[in-house]
Amino acid sequence: ARRAGGPFANPEERKLSLLDPQRIAFLLRKQWTLYSVTPLYRFSNAHLRNYSRLLSAFIAAERQKGWAVEVGVELDIKVAVSSLPDLKGSDQDHAAILVELFSRSPASQKTSEEKLIWSGWFCSVCGDDFFENMPEDFTCLPLFLTNGAESYTAIVGSWFQKTFDCCFHRLAISPLNLSWMAAMWTGCKVDKTASAMELIFSVPGLLQPLDISYAIHPEDAKALWDTVQKTPGEITQEEVDIFMDCLYSHFHRHFKIRLSAAKLVKVSTAIASAHCDGIIKVSLGPEIGVLAVVWTGRLLCPLAETQA
Amino acid sequence: MQRRQSSKTPKQPLQGHHKNQTDLSAWRKGGRIDPEKSIQNHQTPDRQKNDRQQDSLEQALCYFEKVQERVSLKKNSVLQKHLATVESVALQRGLPPEGFEVLLNVALSGKFGDTVNTCLLKSLVPASVIPESSIISSVSWLCVGKCSGNIQLLFLKWLITVFDFIDHKEQIHALYGFFFSFLQDEKMCPYVCHLLYLLTRKENGESGMQSHLQALLSLYKLFCPELVTITLPGKMKTYFKNSEGPWKAAISAIRRRSQGNSPLSQPLFLGTAQPQSRKRKWNTQLFIPASSANRNNLEQDRGKKHVDLYGTNKSFPVEQLQTFPQLLENIHRLELPSQMGSVLTNPLLLHYMNCIKDESVYLRLNYWMGQTLQEECTWCVADNQYEDEFKDFLETVYKTECFLQEGFSSCEEFLYKSLPLWDGFCCRSQILRLVSWIPLGSFSEMKSHLYDPLAQLFFTSSLYFKCSVLESLKELLQNWLNWHVIHLDSASDPQVCSLNTTLSGLVNVVAELIQFVGWISTVALRLENNPTFLLYFILDFYETVCDMYLRYSLPLLIMPPAGVFYPALLSMDSVSLNQLCYIMYRYRTNLVAAKENEQSKKKILQFKFSSQTYQEYNQYIIAMVGCLWTSTAFQKDIHPQGLHMDEELLKKTAMQEFKTSFNIVYHPAMMGYAVLFLQQAWPDDTTFNFSLIKGKKWNWYLEYLYAQGLKGLKLFIESSINRVSQASCSKAENTQA
Repeated sequence: ARRAGGPFANPEERKLSLLDPQRIAFLLRKQWTLYSVTPLYRFSNAHLRNYSRLLSAFIAAERQKGWAVEVGVELDIKVAVSSLPDLKGSDQDHAAILVELFSRSPASQKTSEEKLIWSGWFCSVCGDDFFENMPEDFTCLPLFLTNGAESYTAIVGSWFQKTFDCCFHRLAISPLNLSWMAAMWTGCKVDKTASAMELIFSVPGLLQPLDISYAIHPEDAKALWDTVQKTPGEITQEEVDIFMDCLYSHFHRHFKIRLSAAKLVKVSTAIASAHCDGIIKVSLGPEIGVLAVVWTGRLLCPLAETQA
Repeated sequence: MQRRQSSKTPKQPLQGHHKNQTDLSAWRKGGRIDPEKSIQNHQTPDRQKNDRQQDSLEQALCYFEKVQERVSLKKNSVLQKHLATVESVALQRGLPPEGFEVLLNVALSGKFGDTVNTCLLKSLVPASVIPESSIISSVSWLCVGKCSGNIQLLFLKWLITVFDFIDHKEQIHALYGFFFSFLQDEKMCPYVCHLLYLLTRKENGESGMQSHLQALLSLYKLFCPELVTITLPGKMKTYFKNSEGPWKAAISAIRRRSQGNSPLSQPLFLGTAQPQSRKRKWNTQLFIPASSANRNNLEQDRGKKHVDLYGTNKSFPVEQLQTFPQLLENIHRLELPSQMGSVLTNPLLLHYMNCIKDESVYLRLNYWMGQTLQEECTWCVADNQYEDEFKDFLETVYKTECFLQEGFSSCEEFLYKSLPLWDGFCCRSQILRLVSWIPLGSFSEMKSHLYDPLAQLFFTSSLYFKCSVLESLKELLQNWLNWHVIHLDSASDPQVCSLNTTLSGLVNVVAELIQFVGWISTVALRLENNPTFLLYFILDFYETVCDMYLRYSLPLLIMPPAGVFYPALLSMDSVSLNQLCYIMYRYRTNLVAAKENEQSKKKILQFKFSSQTYQEYNQYIIAMVGCLWTSTAFQKDIHPQGLHMDEELLKKTAMQEFKTSFNIVYHPAMMGYAVLFLQQAWPDDTTFNFSLIKGKKWNWYLEYLYAQGLKGLKLFIESSINRVSQASCSKAENTQA
């Protein structure tokens, strides 16, 4: 069975909670689409400024197909590539890389008013010795999260593909991982006023799509989880199964519907939400929010890893 | 299913796979297949119609090539007909490369009026590429000025639209100055600017402020800032009017049509300009990147040591690599493509990969391939309906493996992950072919990841599937053995000495594969009731097994299980019997050679064949000689699963002459030959008295059988049966190795 430490279970995560809230505020309250990425070839933190220049020229070139674009001049879209050294799961992990696109409106060019139109970040939160075997010249940042128009994702992704010979694929979240997230997030302490936990199921084999929404009061869910969890700060697959089975049987008692036969497609709690299509959103922050992201990342990381 | 025909004659190691490697024509990058042919191949239902069109197009081209004087369109029905043909073929399928020179010459020479010329120019839709030579001759027509201004304009617009379809551009670049001189013409100026914009390279940086001139100047300024002193407005705008004319839509329609037929065999000469014909999310389309050099990276690495290449400007860009001689000339300074996946469609780079020992090259390729295989696998990913694309991709991967004579680790991993989920139907031949390139691994891994899922599918699938699996396992065995032969000499190579590639490791893994095949073969023969077809594939596998010692220098011989040997020996078909005879002859040759080596102690042998192998061989040979020759099988066969039977029991069957019932005359597989022989030897005798075949006739009969092509039988009898005297027929001694 899979076994993992819970929130604040080890010093690294306590360190995470001391992150500069300002630096990570960007990731809260936004929908992130997940991609898995193969290791980047010859990526170097020392060249981030260069990457910004090249990527913005590439975006300009893509948008004005066919015309020559000079590297380094002022363009409509400014690119910022930066490192987030704090955002990683363990010391072995590579620091997260943030890519932001700003649009410069022609009118306000002088006032340098810039509007964030797209952002994406690469991160490695797996903290496994997997990376120790990473050969020289390769950088492992197996998770890529984007927020913004897909057309920009495509351009940025293509540039990374061409420049670092990596490839991207949408990362779906399996129902099993969703139930892990449900359990994990339930276990976190939140306000009494927190919104309900909601599980959405889709019923297979019907002509018309049918979704079942199952909302649970967060305190009830927490109480249930506390009875299931044996060791605080640690979660096992067995506990997750029991937790979900309890929720299912409760639902069955009332509605005579067996949710275990349906597919879990979305989990949302006061802390975060996740959809099986590979979209997550972190609502609370910053400490717990970041943890949620790291956690989600760690759950998904084995996927990204095996694909890498 | 079969990659190549299996032959009865002994094969040399490595023989088969060279096919993909020695195809010289494949050395040209991008596989520029004749578009006419490839289109016809893909549209078999429309073939006849296409053939007719092809004929009339040829006639039309012929006409336009020969036409001498100026003809008017209205009065000439022949011209009208040919013009209509060119137009319709062009719009439906695009024109072949050889058509352009003819039609451009006519259109720009002023032989016809502008109506005809316009119509011809509008029909110049390429099916694949446009030869550079046709552009060169057009430019010379343009300089002569025989055609009207409108036609000149239309030609320039056309040239701009199809610029990317021109196969080479070196000579066109040489005409740079000619195009430059056209700038003086006011009407042509914008288009010439656009063309120069496309043509301009860094070395061209030398030369009223209209936007088209501005664009050209901005490019000059970009390349040679010191030559352009005026300031240009920094903002981007549309410099050139849309000059795509009537061609763009037709070109994309034709591309779409031919792309639908085979997505991967398309030449990738347009590089990044892959049309997004299907609405799929970003990056979810299976697509092998085109080879292109990675300039971004080079610029970024300028400070590092390996960038000297860039500094001295001597590296050879991968896009320019077109021929094998070029590869040889520039192999020391070739730049690798930015996306390693592109090597799959570039045979020249595969040659290069074969000679370099850079681990990162394989890693990059494997990362990409692993992810692509997993993401595109039609039975692992729900809602993935792009089976044909995936099939083509697997095919490409397989061909690359044959070319490199090496399996990819990403592909192996993919097979291990996906085989347990496979239905045995989807992409069957591709998957089974890929199985044959699985590298040598440890047995426990092979068993749980390969043998177990394969066995499950094998037992529950059709006869055809069973044969395909056996075929691919034979290829797998041969690939392993070839690998062993190649690495035998380079034993000092540290790479080779890894754990599972030591000789004893190899022997064990190979033995386990052979035992696995023996087991599934035995079960399959029972399940399917011994069909000849299946037996052929099984015996084909053992044809490799029986020769491992001599042909592949592997100290291992494993006899087929009784469940394979006896069905072959008692087969109703002479093909199987003959095959078995050949195999037993090779076993004998190998065992004798091994024994000789052992006795003479020429080499210090690490491995000796176990006495059990010799014992098994002897049991089989006794049974075989007893059956086919001495008619003593029922008494002498000592194999526990053999033919030994009690005399009493045999008598109860009330069969007469049961003793001889499996000799070369009475054996069900041979009786047909015996009948034909009797008919020839005693044309008047209609009683089919088989007992007549004895003594001298027995020898004649043997000669007759040999003449019928039973070469395996001949080798077997000549080697394994020690005939005391040529005259005596029945008593023969069997030799035991």
